[in-house]
Amino acid sequence: MIKNTRKSQSDLALIGTPMRKIEGLDKSTGRAVYTDDIVLPGMLHGKILRSPYPHARIVSIDVSEAKKLEGVHAVITGEDIPTKYGIIPWTADEYPLCTDRVRYIGDGVAAVAAVDEDQAIRALELIQVEYEELPAFLDPYEALAADGSTPYVHEPKKEGGNGNVTKQVQLEFGEVDELMVGSDVIVEGQYFFEGSTHTPIEPHCAIGLWDGVGKLTVWSATQVPHYLHRELARVLELDPARVRVLQPLVGGAFGGKSEPFDLEFCVAKLSMLAARPVKILYTREEVFYAHRGRHPFHMKYQMGSTNEGKLTSVNAEILLDGGAYASFGLVTTYYAGQLLCAPYSMPAYRFDSTRLYTNKPACGPKRGHGSVQPRFAFEIQIDKLSEKVGLDPFEFRRRNFIGSNTRTVNEMRVTSNGFLECLESVERASRWRRKFRRLPFGRGVGVAGSTYISGTNYPIYPNEMPQSGVQMQVDRSGRVSVFSGASEIGQGCDSMVAYIAAEELGVPLEYVRVLRGDTDFTPVDLGAYSSRVTFMLGNAAIDAATKLREMVQKAVAGEWEVEVSEVLLAGGMAMWAPDTERQMPIREAFNLAESAFGTLGATGWYNTPKDIHGEYRGGTIGASPAYSFTAHVAEVEVDVETGVVEVEKIWIAHDCGRALNPVLVEGQMEGSAYMGFGEALMEEQIFKSAEQGRAGLHNAPSLLDYRIPTSLDTPELESLIVESIDPEGPYGAKEAGEGPLHPSIPAIANAIYDAIGVRVDRLPFSPPNMWRAIERAREAGTLGVPQLPDGPQVATGKPQTKTVSSRS
Amino acid sequence: MPAATQIVRLNVNGDLREIGVPMHFTLLEALRYELGLTGSKQGCDKGDCGACTVILDGRPTLSCITPVCEAEGHSIMTVEGLADTDGPHPLQDAFDLHGAAQCGFCTPGILCSAAALLEQTISPSRKEIKEALSGNLCRCTGYSKIYDAVMSAAQRLQVEAHLDGSSQ
Repeated sequence: MIKNTRKSQSDLALIGTPMRKIEGLDKSTGRAVYTDDIVLPGMLHGKILRSPYPHARIVSIDVSEAKKLEGVHAVITGEDIPTKYGIIPWTADEYPLCTDRVRYIGDGVAAVAAVDEDQAIRALELIQVEYEELPAFLDPYEALAADGSTPYVHEPKKEGGNGNVTKQVQLEFGEVDELMVGSDVIVEGQYFFEGSTHTPIEPHCAIGLWDGVGKLTVWSATQVPHYLHRELARVLELDPARVRVLQPLVGGAFGGKSEPFDLEFCVAKLSMLAARPVKILYTREEVFYAHRGRHPFHMKYQMGSTNEGKLTSVNAEILLDGGAYASFGLVTTYYAGQLLCAPYSMPAYRFDSTRLYTNKPACGPKRGHGSVQPRFAFEIQIDKLSEKVGLDPFEFRRRNFIGSNTRTVNEMRVTSNGFLECLESVERASRWRRKFRRLPFGRGVGVAGSTYISGTNYPIYPNEMPQSGVQMQVDRSGRVSVFSGASEIGQGCDSMVAYIAAEELGVPLEYVRVLRGDTDFTPVDLGAYSSRVTFMLGNAAIDAATKLREMVQKAVAGEWEVEVSEVLLAGGMAMWAPDTERQMPIREAFNLAESAFGTLGATGWYNTPKDIHGEYRGGTIGASPAYSFTAHVAEVEVDVETGVVEVEKIWIAHDCGRALNPVLVEGQMEGSAYMGFGEALMEEQIFKSAEQGRAGLHNAPSLLDYRIPTSLDTPELESLIVESIDPEGPYGAKEAGEGPLHPSIPAIANAIYDAIGVRVDRLPFSPPNMWRAIERAREAGTLGVPQLPDGPQVATGKPQTKTVSSRS
Repeated sequence: MPAATQIVRLNVNGDLREIGVPMHFTLLEALRYELGLTGSKQGCDKGDCGACTVILDGRPTLSCITPVCEAEGHSIMTVEGLADTDGPHPLQDAFDLHGAAQCGFCTPGILCSAAALLEQTISPSRKEIKEALSGNLCRCTGYSKIYDAVMSAAQRLQVEAHLDGSSQ
């Protein structure tokens, strides 16, 4: 475990200041290379044939005509790769190509490699597949009620069990029923979170290259090169030492590329058979079917409070609509409950969470994995409780603040916690007290809070090795080379390690090269998921850089005959602290160190604490070395005649520990809030029903019909960074990439209530859904601005950390 | 059967290039696969996302739904043509400075839309910028940093125009 001794901003030269990204100019000049930009000599193009049925038995596949087509070099079916894969080792339930059964419209059944894309498409048309259709499960409640009279989506794990159930979790902490009954007020609600998908602008793409004598190379737009490496070797029965995964820059991912996909196995196998490199690029439609996005959640919440506004008990029942495969679903089922126990203290909590298989594309992790949906429901419940006990919703949240250096009811360790400062920042910036319940009918403000993990204490496959490693070397020109296996998906992790190398070794940023994205020469980093990268890779980079710095300091101190601790490395120079006029260029310092110690290199690593979690089954899931905290205020305008909701502005305050580069932190905050806004108002990953003619067909698999916010839709976003300086984070940093998504949705829901007195309990808040809710309120006579609470409006608690940046 | 091919002459970033491509090729396919200009991106191949935007005779144009033969006789500018011997275009520098490119996949298209706007006016309002970029989907940034970058590039162009004016 790494302890940072240097915590004050005055001790830091670069960290904490606005900096460019190391690949920024490559991206703005078109030089940046993404997977589909790569063309190899003799490269073939692959295509995957996909099921037109949501649930069917494969009776036969005839590929003979496709094989005869001119220009076709290889054709494969499920029989060619008959090993299951899956990101969670215990729930591997997918074949690269289906062997005997298809489970959603879009499931792959065969793949071809041909001289060009046109010829590959012609070859697919020649493949004859005979299917025997099976009844499909499209509704999770029907999947739950299934009795086995028609085939389950998967075979039951136990005789007589329901094969449609992926996972069920029931956990209880404290005296839930007793405290609920004893509550002064109880609020109950049912909520539905519609599924949504990531839609990175770059479609999935992979290239396979078999060298003919045993070595496989795969380029892929993946967030998890290490897991892909492992799964390729295992599924294709290759020696992992002879598999190489390259990860070019990734054009957006958001969780949608965080597990192996069929195309990666197919390009590999097709290349092995064709003895030529093979590329597959998903069409946009295939990206929608590959999915792994936000699970639809059906949720029931019962929450109690005292008259003074202290939470007493929380009881939740959640049904997750998982789609055809497990993906990360085991974790999602836990996260649905486990990640809700901060930033508010709750004496008792129970959740019952069940994930069902259905015959639709598999759901998985999307930014804010597993906790965005329950947070939507929970923060509306908090708003309802505040109103019932007559408190301003800010005041209610403050009264239940869990604090720092504490444990949650489910025994997660919380260290740094800047949630109060987040609340204060958005309350002030939004001029909340002038607006809440005071704006004219149709306009309103809402607040919500949240927490998120900075990585998980336990890796996906059990092992004791570091979660992240970095190798660093310095050379005779003064340059620093950083070998990083982390996944640059736009969040800036390549730049982040460069900032750390420059900070610790005192070189200008342009002296740092980051060599990345290749499992042949980079240490393992587990991937860009669960908001782990800055925390873990950052600590690994500090570890490596510190080792090098100490060698350079020693060598210079020897030369000058001074104390090692008096040698500073900064601004491209080595300096003597007592008299900084005494200095030498960093290149000379590196040369002295190389003379003293030999060729200079160091590795650094980070591993998570392993003994800090609840001692119960599932207690390790959700355990993180640090938690981030967020609060949003949204201001909306609602047209009750049309049901159109306009979000005018979202104020985003986020406790990221320390902003290593505030420009990038703000980018994550704004991107997160934008993505939550899109889910709140417009996005729906939905499928046609049998009555609509094609059960299980995606309703709108295009970027025209699946609406994501354009520049004209997106509200004004204001980022307010809060720094709590985490004791274990690199320079005190925590995550910023996922937490700030959560409160967008409930803040908008609560603002709608403030505007027109209508509670919205299902996503999205689209005109049709809003119109129905407004009509119900009109009939019930509840349309109107709600009453101002009569309880205390004054803030309590003195903030200890500061808001460092405020912009519009 | 190989598709019927045709010879097309394209004026790309000031170079006259002659290529033989299948009849059905789009301008994007010709740029990426025949000319190696991979800066322009394919995000949807249907004209929905704007990642393929290039500048055709000064107008932002979706190259993924423009048949390559229709681009003949027109001036085509791609992201690779924005920089000149003085260095990156002010927009390219500003996108880097302001963190306007996260994953960077939409960036070439957005730069082309923004560059076409700045050819029309070097003092656009925030509203005009929003409208000019409304055909380009960005999934990373929430657009805020992109507006900041375009505004800052516009200001630099204004300063340069002022200096040019006063030096004459």
